[in-house]
Amino acid sequence: MAHSSSHTHESNTKKIWLVFILLSAVTLVEVILGIIKPAFLTETNFLSMKLLNWIFIILTIYKAYYIAWSFMHLDGETKGLRRSIVWTAVFLISYLIFILLTEGDYIYEVFKNNHVAWDF
Amino acid sequence: MEATVIRTGTEGRTWGGGNEPLKASYGKMMMWFFIVSDALTFSGFLAAYGFSRFKFLDSWPIADEVFNHFPFLHGVDAPMYYVALMTFILIFSSVTMVLAVDAGHQMKKGKVTFYMGLTIIGGLIFLGSQAWEWKNFIQGEYGAVTTTGGNILQFVNADGKRVSIGDIAVPMASERDVTGNNSGIWFSEGESLPSVSLEEVKAGFLANNNLLIRTQQLDENGHKTILSREESIQKLNVEGKGIVEGANLSQNEYGVPLFADFFFFITGFHGFHVLSGVLINILIFFNIILGTYERRGNYEMVEKVGLYWHFVDLVWVFVFTFFYLV
Repeated sequence: MAHSSSHTHESNTKKIWLVFILLSAVTLVEVILGIIKPAFLTETNFLSMKLLNWIFIILTIYKAYYIAWSFMHLDGETKGLRRSIVWTAVFLISYLIFILLTEGDYIYEVFKNNHVAWDF
Repeated sequence: MEATVIRTGTEGRTWGGGNEPLKASYGKMMMWFFIVSDALTFSGFLAAYGFSRFKFLDSWPIADEVFNHFPFLHGVDAPMYYVALMTFILIFSSVTMVLAVDAGHQMKKGKVTFYMGLTIIGGLIFLGSQAWEWKNFIQGEYGAVTTTGGNILQFVNADGKRVSIGDIAVPMASERDVTGNNSGIWFSEGESLPSVSLEEVKAGFLANNNLLIRTQQLDENGHKTILSREESIQKLNVEGKGIVEGANLSQNEYGVPLFADFFFFITGFHGFHVLSGVLINILIFFNIILGTYERRGNYEMVEKVGLYWHFVDLVWVFVFTFFYLV
C-alpha cells in the first residue's frame, strides 16, 4: 500500500494553505477583471479572440495546474502515470476544441455571408 | 480455498501479480482511469458549447446580464459576485478535502472526521447555491417577445435600461384560460400561460413613446443593438409572435435557446457530479467514524474520493471560465 502506517508522512498543511491562497487570489483577479472589463483588454484582439479572454483562459489553466499537481498529488506520482494522464487529456481535448471551433466559425460565416435568411 | 489456487511459478516476478505498476495502488489507478474519461466527457460538452457559441458569435447572450442576482439584493445589478462566491465555496471544500487526506496520512482520525465533515457541508452549500442560480434563470426577470424567426426582442427605455414586459403591458379583457385537467381528459393539461399576452404588450408599447426594442444582435463593441422607435414598432408588428418569460430547454428570454440548453446540461451534469460526490463523501465519513480505515491501517479510501472531489472542483474552474467570464 502506498501509505501504510509503517512510515510516517510529514504534514503538508502549510503548502496546502499556500495553494489555497494562490487559487483564491487568481479567482479574485478573474472576478475583478470580469467586472471592470478594462477597455484596452477587450478592444485588443490576439489570434481572433479578445486579449481579456486569453487572460481568463490562461489563468484557468494555471489554476487547473495547481489543483491537479498539488491537490490531486500528481507531483507525487511517477512520471509515467503523470504523463499518461496529462498528455492524453491535453492532446485529445486540444484536437477536439480545434476541430469544433473551426467548424462553428465556418457555419457562422455561412449564416453571415450567404443568402440564408434566418431572421425573418 | 487453498486447494483451488493455481501456482504459476511467476510469484514475485513482473507478471506474477502483487506488484504495483507505476507505483500506484489498484484503486487509485482505476480512479485516474475514470477521471481521465470523465474529463474527456466534460471536454466534449464544453467543446460543443464552444461550437454553438462560435456559430452564434454575434448574437450570444451576455452572461453578465443573465446571472446578475445576489441573495437579499433585490433589483441590484450584481454580475459575477454570486458565482464568484460559489467558486470560493468549492475551492474551500477542496482545501478541507486535501487537509483530510493529509490528516489521514498521519492517522489522525479526529482531524480526518472534522475536515471530511467540512467538505460535505461545503458541497451541500454549493449544491444549494446552484439550485438558487437555476431558479433565477428559469424564472427570468424582464421577459421578452419571441419572433417568427425564432429570435427574441427585449425592451428598453430611452436611457437604455431594461423594461419588463409586465410593466409595459396594458391589461385587456380577454378570455385566456389555462386548459386544466378538469375540462377534458384527466391527464391532459394545457401549457401554462405567460402573465401577459402579446396583444397587451403591443398596445402598451405603442402607447409609450419612450420604449425601444433591443435585438439579440451584438454590435462591434459587444453591446446589444437598440432599434429606433420606427424600426421597433415595425419589428414588433411584423415579427412579434409570442411571449417568453424565463428560460427552459426550448425558449430563453435572454436570447439563443442553445445558451439555456448548454447551461442546464453542463452545470446540471456538473451538479450531478457534486451530488454524487457529496453522497460518496458521506459514506466515507461514516466509515471514518466507525474506524474502518483505522483498522485497515491506512486512509487511502479518503485519498481516492479526494481525487474525485478535486476533479469536480477542476471541472467547475473551467465551467466558471467558459460560462461566466469569457
